[in-house]
Amino acid sequence: MREVAIVGAGMTRFGELWQSSLRDLFVEAADEALRAAGADHVDSIFVGNMSGGQFVGQEHLGPLMADHLGMAGVAATRVESACASGGVALRLGFIEVASGMSDLVLATGVEKMTDGADVTNVLASAADQENEVYHGITFPGLYAMIARAYMTENDLTEEDISWVAVKNHKHGAMNPKAQFQHEVTLEQVMNSTMVSDPLRLLHCSPVSDGAAAVLLCPLEQARKYTDRPVRIVGSGLATAPMALAHRPDPARLDAVARSAERAYGMAHVTPGDIQVAEVHDCFSIAEICCIEALGLLEREAAVKGAVTGCTALGGRIPVNTSGGLKAKGHPVGATGIAQTIEIFEQLRGEAGDRQVEGARLGLTQNMGGSGASSVVHIFEGV
Amino acid sequence: MPSPRYWREIPNRFRLEAARCTGCGTVAFPARTICPKCRGRELESVRLSRHGKVVTSTVVRVAPDEFMMEAPYAMAVIETPEGARLMTQVVDCDPDTVGPGMEVDLVFRLIRKEDHGGILCYGHKAVPVGG
Ligand SMILES: [Zn+2]
Repeated sequence: MREVAIVGAGMTRFGELWQSSLRDLFVEAADEALRAAGADHVDSIFVGNMSGGQFVGQEHLGPLMADHLGMAGVAATRVESACASGGVALRLGFIEVASGMSDLVLATGVEKMTDGADVTNVLASAADQENEVYHGITFPGLYAMIARAYMTENDLTEEDISWVAVKNHKHGAMNPKAQFQHEVTLEQVMNSTMVSDPLRLLHCSPVSDGAAAVLLCPLEQARKYTDRPVRIVGSGLATAPMALAHRPDPARLDAVARSAERAYGMAHVTPGDIQVAEVHDCFSIAEICCIEALGLLEREAAVKGAVTGCTALGGRIPVNTSGGLKAKGHPVGATGIAQTIEIFEQLRGEAGDRQVEGARLGLTQNMGGSGASSVVHIFEGV
Repeated sequence: MPSPRYWREIPNRFRLEAARCTGCGTVAFPARTICPKCRGRELESVRLSRHGKVVTSTVVRVAPDEFMMEAPYAMAVIETPEGARLMTQVVDCDPDTVGPGMEVDLVFRLIRKEDHGGILCYGHKAVPVGG
């Protein structure tokens, strides 16, 4: 396998972007990534997208997006793994370059969620329709059940969960691409509307539009495009039973642990080597479960990570310096690539006020559904 | 949901039919053709007991359109004595009282209406024992 580097990145601001269509969002992000690297062609495009079909009635995104990028003719494929679609698009792009099949690949993600679709129902289609959704469960409901199971087994409080949102909003306030560039107080989080006990509105990532793109090439060709390439040193993808009822322990995200093991193994690193991480906090409880499953912190420290500041900027292992899904926004298919861009900037020393000093090794973890799929990547500054 | 889709699910939704792996004893609900634990192909049909215990739960306050009139309602993962787990609503009680460990009976109820045709769709809900 060849070594693979990221040499360019582009993303839209995340938010309720009513002036932009699905294709507008894609073109803005993809074109920015190409220009950043000074590239005028690609061999192949992967479009991470959860549900263009349900959100805006548009499938077949590969050719559509290639066409609008002025590249009709190139190989282009839509990739779907619910909210992990972006991360899986990156993985497929990585494999294609590593294998020697292609030299220049755009790995992208895009989602248009605010065009009037019934977002609750669309997101629920990432759960088991026949055995979960049929009975009236929602996505926040599934994560609420994960939270309650975790609270039953551990010393985890609603306040611990709330601190995760406070911490991520603090980071998001420093990110010009974030949907919410403002801080929230613990009181605001704890007093926000209950959505599904014990999860409140400010524990939930928002409904967002956005796109993100990164350009991949073999490491040995990277200097053609940038002085500061970032190497992809590990990639792991794993699945778990789709329905919460079919998992041995609803509080445990086995797909996250397995995807991490595979990525660490490939990169020949241990969790203790990671200096900055973007973790899938679609609901604040998920950040706690994922930090533990990734091995970034032991269970007790993971629970108190945001309370103690251990996972905040300046802490032992800063998590979600971008603001996370909570504050940066969560246009589902774009999230995995946006996470990648945050780590790309961190490892290049370009993260501004959010910079983790001296970061050389970073990780992204992107999750689909209520944890039935998870993809982890590990990156190294070159 | 189109009618054939609903009709196909009747064995598990109406009769709680599950499958027990003759190799390792795992009970899969709804029934499957391959054991999720050992990949064995020899599975026998079993019916779940109509009671169980709450493994984890929540109260849905922001509900999907079809369930709007019922909110807030409790949802739970229930484990039956056979070791099978299923997602159900927990009804006929104050939803705030539902939590892990609660003993429930499974009762046959209307679950939802199918699309605009309004065809009635049935299944099981949980009610607290003695409630
Ligand atoms: Zn078996």
